[in-house]
Amino acid sequence: MEIVLVGLNHRTAPLEVRERVSFTAEQARRASGELRARGLLEETLVLSTCNRSEVYGVARETARECAPGVTSFLSEFHSVGADILGSSLYHHYDRHAVRHLFRLSGGLDSMMLGEAEILGQVREAYRFAHEHGATGPVLNRLFQGALEVGKRIRTETELGARPMSVAAAGVKLAERIFGKLSDRTALVLGAGTISEQVVAMLRHRGVGNLLVMNRSQEHAESLAQRFGARVIEWGRWEDALLVSDVLVTSVAANQPVLPKSVLEMAMNARGNRALFAMDLGLPRNIEATAADVYNVYVYNIDDLSGIVQQNREARESEVPRAESIVEEHVGKFLSWQASVELVGLVRDLRARVREERGSFLRARLDSIGHLTEGQRQEIETLVDDVLEKLLIGPAERLRGERELRRKIQNVEALRDLFLSGREKP
Amino acid sequence: MPHLFLFLTILAYSLSLASYVRLLYSGRETAGRIATALLALGLITHYFALLERARGLHTVPYHDLYGSMSLFGWLLALTYLTLEVYLRQRSVGAFVLPFVLGFFLAAHLAPADRLSPTPAHGPVFAFHVTLSILAYAAFALSFVVSLIFLVQNRFLRNRKMAGLVWRLPSLELLERMSRASVLIGLISIAIGTVLGFIWVDRLTGQYWYYDPKYVITLLVLLLYAMYWLLARTTAWRGARASRLCIFNFVVVVLSFTVVNLYLSHSHRYF
Repeated sequence: MEIVLVGLNHRTAPLEVRERVSFTAEQARRASGELRARGLLEETLVLSTCNRSEVYGVARETARECAPGVTSFLSEFHSVGADILGSSLYHHYDRHAVRHLFRLSGGLDSMMLGEAEILGQVREAYRFAHEHGATGPVLNRLFQGALEVGKRIRTETELGARPMSVAAAGVKLAERIFGKLSDRTALVLGAGTISEQVVAMLRHRGVGNLLVMNRSQEHAESLAQRFGARVIEWGRWEDALLVSDVLVTSVAANQPVLPKSVLEMAMNARGNRALFAMDLGLPRNIEATAADVYNVYVYNIDDLSGIVQQNREARESEVPRAESIVEEHVGKFLSWQASVELVGLVRDLRARVREERGSFLRARLDSIGHLTEGQRQEIETLVDDVLEKLLIGPAERLRGERELRRKIQNVEALRDLFLSGREKP
Repeated sequence: MPHLFLFLTILAYSLSLASYVRLLYSGRETAGRIATALLALGLITHYFALLERARGLHTVPYHDLYGSMSLFGWLLALTYLTLEVYLRQRSVGAFVLPFVLGFFLAAHLAPADRLSPTPAHGPVFAFHVTLSILAYAAFALSFVVSLIFLVQNRFLRNRKMAGLVWRLPSLELLERMSRASVLIGLISIAIGTVLGFIWVDRLTGQYWYYDPKYVITLLVLLLYAMYWLLARTTAWRGARASRLCIFNFVVVVLSFTVVNLYLSHSHRYF
């Protein structure tokens, strides 16, 4: 029941290799089936995202023995030379494989620390493998644990709480002023890449209305079409600012596009309803002194980058708390694993003892000729009772052992002493 | 066991406060839920503590200064909890609970006055007092919320992103919370004042005799009505309205202290 993990990720493999070793859902299903059909693994799960491809399994033999087989399979399945794969793949076994998965679910292994998407991807990969019967009791328990770890890290730490991009920071700040954006209007000046990122983020956060204004009408319409926005003619500030709550500017211009006076007039017309402005232009699109206008909140690219940097540091400071949650669940999983092992061990020991008892009694009782069948059965029952009593005591003590390391050591010692040379369950 | 409810209330409010603070700093939703549950528990035990105290002194809670303070704390907690549930926002709790706990402790740990039994004032008087204290509790809540608004507004205007910014409610929500609280206060004080005049009429046969307390109460009513209108419809919305709300509460405190102690003929503790 040893767990094996063979995989590669953004740290170990360049994009060209990751592309070649990624799995579609259908490929994942097929690979899982083949790994089990070939007798390499008893249970399998393939996790494939843009940053990683990993195969989790329960080894039929020992984990270390089956890992090379899984590696060759991956090389063959994706037609990638072993030399290329060899330097990119990592192998983890048991405790290390469990820790790797739990850290990954919590966003600790992601390119962007604490990102949330990975938990959904783990959930989806598990659901898919479970539906196709690729997982069994061990991987079910392992992945349920991973989902719990991910959820706890999200709710109990701030690892994923703060925005990590300029666009996300700006939109989150708008939410600090307006709360939900669903009944708000955002005006975007410019239709470049940065504007597009912000528009996507605003849409993602459910902004009510989106207006786009650009010098090139064509670009504005293209952006508006993609994100369900409305185009406003360039320069019609009065109309646009009257209805907008969030203003995003990213226009290439040598002079500020929005002078303070325009904003002052707009604020008068709006009855001083709050206006949040993200000035992402360089040079700035909004006159610097506009930040003094009552109820106008202006953030430029430096302000937002500073916030992102602060948030990155805040996330990093949460890593120890997240790691302690991971360790707690690794311990829980290993304890469960040891208990399951123990049940198997006791079952094997009992079978072994019965077998020995059978041959031993047959030889001894045959030499005592005068015993009736009833007496022979009575002796067998008595011996069974004694043996059961001898087994139960240590088994209960082992089950009750609180220290995980000792429990695992004892289970292994018992197996080595009494069942060495025999197949593992 | 004597003072059982006293200890239970102190325990519930203190733990609730600790949980609200934990929520504010860690963002853990579980801490927030625990804080709300403990506040609700504190409200129940506080009610029984009020009852226990009133029975012990053979009088109504608002017959003396400490009783009025305790009732004020209870109504403040009740108003806050109502708004918390209504607006689904818990991060203000850490700022309100110290006041609730403070009023409760000051009222119940202070030596009780030796009181003569309460004259039978009747239900009109009881509603007049209770509604007035409820109004002041609601105004106190709007004061706390307005202070938080100004702090959050300052952070956002100055682009200083302390960790607290991400934990506190949005400015919009703080405004709504303050307006809702003031509305509760306005309705309560309006009804409470009318009941007060009715009670005076029954007692003396005339609706009005000059008492500075009447003047300041009407001023308070007017100022809060002004805030309520200005905060949502005009150029005053935002920080200016919050400052007005804070100023209004200063007038309330004046009404409680200077007017009650030195000028009023008929109001001592509320």
